[in-house]
Amino acid sequence: MVRVQTEDFDPGAEMDKLVAGRTDIGATVTFVGHMRSRNEDRDVETMTLEHYPGMAEKALSEIETEAHKRWPLQASTVIHRVGPLKPGDRIVLVITASAHRQAAFEAAAFLMDWLKTKAPFWKKESGPEGESWVSSRSTDEDAAQRWTASAKSE
Amino acid sequence: MKVLYFAWFRDRIGMAEEEIELNGTDTLTVRDFIGDLAGRGEGYATAFEDMNVVHVALDMQEVDHDTLIGGASEIAFYPPFTGG
Repeated sequence: MVRVQTEDFDPGAEMDKLVAGRTDIGATVTFVGHMRSRNEDRDVETMTLEHYPGMAEKALSEIETEAHKRWPLQASTVIHRVGPLKPGDRIVLVITASAHRQAAFEAAAFLMDWLKTKAPFWKKESGPEGESWVSSRSTDEDAAQRWTASAKSE
Repeated sequence: MKVLYFAWFRDRIGMAEEEIELNGTDTLTVRDFIGDLAGRGEGYATAFEDMNVVHVALDMQEVDHDTLIGGASEIAFYPPFTGG
């Protein structure tokens, strides 16, 4: 299940929903991304998340489908917030559920790495020094790339 | 064709979307179209000055600059993604 929304989400409630009525799930991994008040040595007061409506949901669904192809997942949830956020706010939620922990851990990491580089979201930060669009990081590209490399070697 | 601009493309061009009449899209590449757009004014020229950070989607599917526009009804321009 993927969702793009302006409102906050409740990670515990989302996890409960995912496992409700299921007895085949032995492990869930929940990842939450939060907003920091400092980024690249600058103070950040507000971060605004923009997305490409339609394509964002489509890209998240494709990434989720890819995770289910690569790991034996029973279920998953991906929620990405958009709009203005404050330091400490939750930004993104990934939950993976599997019979065993390894698939859940790996798939959660994969979903986050691919989501950061393959889904149309953009961050704008504003603080005492003004407004600026966040630049993409080569470390995020490298993180996404490692899943491509491991897929090729198999 | 519906043309969409996201993030700093929108800031530099000064609008989120516009409708542009395009002919001969069967032989027109994304790169050709960017060339046309860049000639439309200073904002456009600034937006498209570094082709390495010009990302493009045709009907919500990311494509490279050599792709033919063909029958697409929507084209979007945006910088590298920074979500998550």
